Amino acid sequence: MKNKIYITGIGGISAQKNDFAENPLVYEQLIFKAHTPNFKEFIKPMALRRMSQAVKMGVTTALLALKDAKVELPEAIITGTGEGCKKDTERFLEKLLDQREDLLNPTPFIQSTHNTIGGQIALHLGCKNYNVTYSQNSASLESAFIDAQLLLSENPKSNNILVGGVDEVSEVISGFRNLDQQLKTKKIKNLDLFKDDSPGTIASEGSHFFLLTSEIKESTYAELIDLGIINSVSTQGLTSEVESFLTNNQLKPEDIDVVILGNNGDNRFDHFYENLQQGIFKNTQQLVYKHLIGEYETATGFAFLLAANILKSGEIPGILKANNIPEVKTKNILIYNQYLARDHSLSLLRAV
Amino acid sequence: MLKMTDLHTELKESIVEQLNLEEMEPADISDEEPLFGDGLGLDSIDALELIVLLEKDYGIKLTEPEQGREIFVSINKMAQFIEENRTK
Repeated sequence: MKNKIYITGIGGISAQKNDFAENPLVYEQLIFKAHTPNFKEFIKPMALRRMSQAVKMGVTTALLALKDAKVELPEAIITGTGEGCKKDTERFLEKLLDQREDLLNPTPFIQSTHNTIGGQIALHLGCKNYNVTYSQNSASLESAFIDAQLLLSENPKSNNILVGGVDEVSEVISGFRNLDQQLKTKKIKNLDLFKDDSPGTIASEGSHFFLLTSEIKESTYAELIDLGIINSVSTQGLTSEVESFLTNNQLKPEDIDVVILGNNGDNRFDHFYENLQQGIFKNTQQLVYKHLIGEYETATGFAFLLAANILKSGEIPGILKANNIPEVKTKNILIYNQYLARDHSLSLLRAV
Repeated sequence: MLKMTDLHTELKESIVEQLNLEEMEPADISDEEPLFGDGLGLDSIDALELIVLLEKDYGIKLTEPEQGREIFVSINKMAQFIEENRTK
């Protein structure tokens, strides 16, 4: 029997504020930044001065998740990041070119590695426990969750595992997405993302951390039932992969009350989602969210936040709905995501 | 050559910029204040940045890392060392 895993604390930063359901922030840029809190309220200025946006967002959301769960020190910190600390990588490479590979400043080099985020969270907390970073493109956060799952199965007494996904935008490297049409060619409003039938999407950044516990607590949102990653699959093969994933969890497609899909408006790849929307989840409440927060490698962090909040509150914001199905009490939520037809992920959450 | 006072100001400006001391103005750093520990509160990564700064801006290459302990005591000490050893 599998150990139970519960999402008991959440911290999130994205391009939207908490009241996105009523007052969504509108952007008319192909790449837009996250709406961030005042980081000085969370991190001391002397520590803050060296941190790039990814590290600031990661540390702050980790602290928020811990505070939400009333936990001071996690037993493990597991971070997922698709592209890591791009800003410091850029700074380091620019200096390398400007100064002809001589007299390079150490700070951007030290801070440019992917595991800087997890390391800085540990330094901030004084946490010397298990600390691992996963970088698996758009399945990075899911890889981190799977590691938490394995950690709990190896040691059922484990508790309070901090898992999160972080990615930032940077001037040059984020702009590279233009080169192979990952971005739209013309500026569009984010809320019009699904009205525009063209290749490419809009990109942004964000960070979401989750405190996982093996027991239900007062602040518990939902149970994390299972996760699956499929590196490559055809549109047709996806349906049987989803059915197989659900069967492994003693479920059928009709048992899923809400499916949260990662449609990003790229007409070259959204058929993966549309195939499910018109197929096995035709009669299921379908939600989409990337018109709010843009696309990035760990954007599913926002989907986990949505799923957890829906399962706890029972309320589904209208701005997320891609179809209109009479509302039922939400028990099972499936999150499905892919990017550029690769790194398909399935995550199953249940109400407690 | 810069006057001593100009060098002091220049050093303070470089330190604030290079070490991202966002909360500080160059004038906030006093000439005698310890740069590490209880004073400005710089750390070992800052020490590496200061070594790079000495070589890049003043042509001074520190061969013995231990020298840093004596040089990076305060703005006054740094300025004095630069005046005596600068090659540019």
